Amino acid sequence: MMESVVQPRQVAKPSRSWHKAAHIEGLPIIVVLLLLVGLFMAAAPGVFLRWPIYLSFLTTVPPMLVLAVGLTMVVAAGEIDLSFPSVLAFSGFLFAWAVGATGNAWLGLLLALAGGAFVGFTNGVLIAVVGVPSIITTIGTQFFWAGVASILSGGMSDALQQLASGSLYAVFAAPLFGVIPMQAVWAVGLTILMWFILNRHRFGEHVLFIGDNRNVAKVVGINITRETVKLFTLMGLLGGFASVLLTLENLNYFSTQGQGYLLPALAGVFIGGTSVFGGTATMVGTFFGTFIIGMLEAGIVATGIAGFWVQAIEGVVFVVAVILHLVVESPAKLRAFAGMTGRWHRTAPPKPEIDGSRS
Amino acid sequence: MILTRCWSSLGAGLRTQSSSIDIAEERFTRNYQHIVRAEGVSLSYGNVRALSGIDLAVGRNEIVGLIGDNGAGKSTLIKLLTGVVRPTSGRLFVRDRAVDWARYSVHEAHRLRFETVYQEKSLGDKQPLWRNIFVGRQITNRFGFIKVAEERRIANDLLLRKLGFRGVGIDADSAVVKLSGGERQGVAIGRAMHFDADLIVLDEPTVALAIGEVRKVLDFVRSIKESGRACIYIEHNLAHVHELADRLVVLDRGHLVADIKAGEISLNDLTKFLLDLQHRPPATAAVG
Repeated sequence: MMESVVQPRQVAKPSRSWHKAAHIEGLPIIVVLLLLVGLFMAAAPGVFLRWPIYLSFLTTVPPMLVLAVGLTMVVAAGEIDLSFPSVLAFSGFLFAWAVGATGNAWLGLLLALAGGAFVGFTNGVLIAVVGVPSIITTIGTQFFWAGVASILSGGMSDALQQLASGSLYAVFAAPLFGVIPMQAVWAVGLTILMWFILNRHRFGEHVLFIGDNRNVAKVVGINITRETVKLFTLMGLLGGFASVLLTLENLNYFSTQGQGYLLPALAGVFIGGTSVFGGTATMVGTFFGTFIIGMLEAGIVATGIAGFWVQAIEGVVFVVAVILHLVVESPAKLRAFAGMTGRWHRTAPPKPEIDGSRS
Repeated sequence: MILTRCWSSLGAGLRTQSSSIDIAEERFTRNYQHIVRAEGVSLSYGNVRALSGIDLAVGRNEIVGLIGDNGAGKSTLIKLLTGVVRPTSGRLFVRDRAVDWARYSVHEAHRLRFETVYQEKSLGDKQPLWRNIFVGRQITNRFGFIKVAEERRIANDLLLRKLGFRGVGIDADSAVVKLSGGERQGVAIGRAMHFDADLIVLDEPTVALAIGEVRKVLDFVRSIKESGRACIYIEHNLAHVHELADRLVVLDRGHLVADIKAGEISLNDLTKFLLDLQHRPPATAAVG
């Protein structure tokens, strides 16, 4: 007579402490960040042992962080958004235009948010209702909205010095207590809110299931179309907010202001440990990953290495961080790698076939 | 071993639950003849006719075995009954009352106490079990934030106490990817049990399982019957379905070709009937 297949597991489990450490969200990337800061402190003590460099990061990183937390949600759903640089341009234009035309910066903020949400909404409709894959949709809309921003602005930049004395600037860009830049406060607050949305809200759970397995999401009653449209609208809204932070910080609008954000913002998400396959995501990882991306260039330059080394080093840090995530998440991969090189033969026994891992 | 406990306690849980719930929810206890009834239901995907004019009724305490070859339309039919897809035409009655297709969804089917256990796509692999048990009907506050502690507690109660997973180191925080096929099926059926369904749809629940585990699934199907519920049971193994079902419904290329009381046909005749079907031309020209 055949017996039950549920045997006690024989697969060697990693030690408990390793397991616990792996469960602290974003731990690997925090370690990488600390290592880098330590390295920079050693290599450029004149810069990294003094506080102004850190305050400067708190003004340059927030727009990218706002984009990255939105992207984390998008990637969690197994989708991608490449159109946000154009939202920075388009929403930034709406903001600058409203400020110039009405003198009311708050109206500009509303318009920028609405414009970003509109771009995101149309992305969502194209992806979820029409059915165009998100990577293709957002490549297209990225070109389109960048073009619209160029046409509307005539390719000109727009100096907005008058904002510096306004209330919007005081709320979103001036230093808090004369020290901490307000945009950093907002970006951190937003990251915390989005952590709760992703991990504790019904919407975040739906996003995770959609990214995990669309068929499952469908049969458990998730309205995939509606949630996808919501998701991209949210991303557009965050893009609009990032554009305002960016324009306020520069006190200047230029129609190409989104350029250069695409890959760094995505890198911040992936370096943080969010899986490109969807279904899992970490806001904490994105937070620290974005700061790593944001400080690498300044850090490398400060150490005195010639500027053309920057990208190569960024690439190395990116790959090392991603590998570190893999190793922490599944130590078995490390063993498999060791087995491949033939140095370590104590590999785990194969999993039983009944695993149902066919899906 | 562990699953023996798991399945038998499942059955026991079903039996005790039914009596208390029936008193509590009068809405669902009024007299009805059929828990679900489809009339002339058809579904086309473009030019492909997946279902053609299906009439099917399931009694309130009946086990209906749904059989047919691959592509016969079994899965499509149950997806239709449980709100996953909408038909091109036809009517649906739940507890003898007509259902408005425009408002029928998985969510609505859950509310009407229909539960579906799919062979392998019932659970999100990377998500912890507490999310899997409650997804689609989370316990939230009024802003939509999930009460994680409560969901976790109920999930642990279900997993450890009712399903007997304690011994294998599985709890509410385990990711599905760590579970065996049988354990997944246990969780999916446990979820159906927790939400106290009146109709449980099992879509090939035994495909990925070892023989020992199959027995337990069959016992579970019996306990559905004993607890006064209805069940639609899709199964490839004719011996199993012949043994368990009150009624056998045979689909062939989108058409319902036979609706037989289990006692009226022997297993041999049933097998022969199904084999003959494969050599027959499609039931009507509408196919394809």
